[in-house]
Amino acid sequence: MSLSDLHADMTEPRRAPRTIPDRLTSPLRRNLLGWESLLLIVGIAIFILNAFASPYFLSAWSLSDATFNFTEKAMIAFAMALLIVAGEIDLSVASIIALASTAMGAAATAGAGTPVLVLIGLGTGLLCGAFNGTLVTRLGLPSIVVTIGTMSLFRGISYIVLGDGAYRGYPTSFQWFGQGYVFWVISFEFVLFAVLAVIFGLLLHKTNFGRAVYAVGNNPTAALFSGIRVARVKMTLFLLTGLMSGVAAICLTARLGSTRPSIALGMELEVVTMVVLGGVSILGGAGSIPGVVIAAFVLGLVTFGLGLLNVPGIVMSIFTGALLIGVIALPRLIAKWRR
Amino acid sequence: MKLTKLVTTAAVALAMMAGTASAKEMRIALVVKALGIGFFEAANKGAEEAAKDLGDVKIIYTGPTDTTAEGQIEVLNSLIAQKVDAIAVTANDTDALVPTLKKAMQRGITVISWDSGVAPAGREMQLNPSSTELIGKMLIKMAADNMPDGGDVAVLSASSTATNQNNWIAAMKSDMGNYPDINLVTTVYGDDLADKSYREAKGLIEKYPNLKAIIAPTSVGIVAAAKAVTDAGKIGEINVTGLGLPSEMAAYVENGASKSFAIWNPIDLGYAATEIAYNLAKGTAKAEPGAKIPMGRLGEVTLDENTEGAMADPFVYDKSNIEQFKDIF
Repeated sequence: MSLSDLHADMTEPRRAPRTIPDRLTSPLRRNLLGWESLLLIVGIAIFILNAFASPYFLSAWSLSDATFNFTEKAMIAFAMALLIVAGEIDLSVASIIALASTAMGAAATAGAGTPVLVLIGLGTGLLCGAFNGTLVTRLGLPSIVVTIGTMSLFRGISYIVLGDGAYRGYPTSFQWFGQGYVFWVISFEFVLFAVLAVIFGLLLHKTNFGRAVYAVGNNPTAALFSGIRVARVKMTLFLLTGLMSGVAAICLTARLGSTRPSIALGMELEVVTMVVLGGVSILGGAGSIPGVVIAAFVLGLVTFGLGLLNVPGIVMSIFTGALLIGVIALPRLIAKWRR
Repeated sequence: MKLTKLVTTAAVALAMMAGTASAKEMRIALVVKALGIGFFEAANKGAEEAAKDLGDVKIIYTGPTDTTAEGQIEVLNSLIAQKVDAIAVTANDTDALVPTLKKAMQRGITVISWDSGVAPAGREMQLNPSSTELIGKMLIKMAADNMPDGGDVAVLSASSTATNQNNWIAAMKSDMGNYPDINLVTTVYGDDLADKSYREAKGLIEKYPNLKAIIAPTSVGIVAAAKAVTDAGKIGEINVTGLGLPSEMAAYVENGASKSFAIWNPIDLGYAATEIAYNLAKGTAKAEPGAKIPMGRLGEVTLDENTEGAMADPFVYDKSNIEQFKDIF
């Protein structure tokens, strides 16, 4: 697979090759397969342990409640996975939630209906994503620096608008996005999570755009010279991440029924944890959506299971950290022993 | 073989533990804003004390790692799943917890809030550590107790828009009729910033030579005022009092800059919340306007029309008890 083939691929999608056009391709892919199965085994083990450890675990409503621990974070994590695969990162996602939620709160207070609120939430997310993307692609600034800056900026605006106050006048129909159930114990948020998982999975693994994302992450210069519009790919990904933060903002705001500037504080790190646990290389160029989906379940099950045992949150975060390091270190150690 | 045996034994043991736990004793969850905060650890001490007094109660002390509503909702969901008997929560967000707590009440769990309250729809009652009126009275009383001959006092507050402080100062002023010898000369604002509060306190000391006391109903202001009095060499002449934290004020109580100050007693707060949750869950009391609910050694709390109640006078800290509390919060 050479760069000229990739170029041909971008112009003539019908002859699309099935592999990632880079020398890192095959060993990485094999490792990734191993990673996902490892993660799946960890997830199943945690599920079984939980069922043994607490008599309250195996209850449909309990498990349904538990899904709220990860659905909103996972929605952002899907877009973030693509962004990290492309070699960039967005640490402002939680602050985008705060700003989008504040915008929706202001609109709801002014009497806006549910459809308008949804549009405002999505629009604010897109605008924030566009702002990040423009700074990164037009000015060539490192995304980690840009988004650390906008992390303070976006939430700062919320603090200026709200101070120590809160917006709470959301219409009842709006709250369905966060509190509604589609069927029995299956919440709207969970259905949205599943649908988005499929969409992002197809986008990354079955489209030319998805392959371009891998190419950009593996070697942006080579990608550029093989005809991929690197800046446009990155811009699209920042927009997507902003949009998904807007979606998460709608769900979270609807679930809480109120907006405070501290909403979703610290969520960006949980999202990045989910992505990295899912096997996405923090250096870019590798990762998969199924991995992120499994990681979402694993993290949700761990926090819920430990919560049922009343393990304090501080110990819980130690556990999550250990799990993250363990799952990442294990395949590398195994690879080392094999050599 | 050995492994399977071990696993089954462990599983059986766990099941038995869970079985005995749910058999008879009442499980009351004390949910705090975040773990690792001295004030709430002290409240847990009080809750354990109440549990010991009541006998058949198990306290589940829990909370998120950050002071977020989302974190508290995760914790509450796991408590609802465990079917605890009662939840006593101090909320990170008045409104955001309401849908989750409503769900808890629908599933038969007694829900009360304490310290930072939840909107009425999400709880059966709210236990305030004290009331505006009691705090106002205590502020002027602490100053007056150390001024047998009367004299000038000044107030160092937080910002001029701080709702709590303004209410407390107003309550204090309305009680000053009982102290005819005491003259309030001015109220200044340090905006809850250490350096600004210090400058304002210094200004008071220079401007009013006959000043006998500075009343600072803010934990930042009271420390700054005590430091200003110490630095100006006015210990013994000007007494600093108000609302503060024992850990921050211990040094100034020891050097005499502050004879006494007040704040709620977190141990009592945790104790009272547990007693109330127990009585409501048992059905021996009902949370409705005008109801009187027993709180063990603390007497009883009377609920107002919003089903809120005030626990007690603010607790006074002085040389006699500062050692005990300075490590707590």
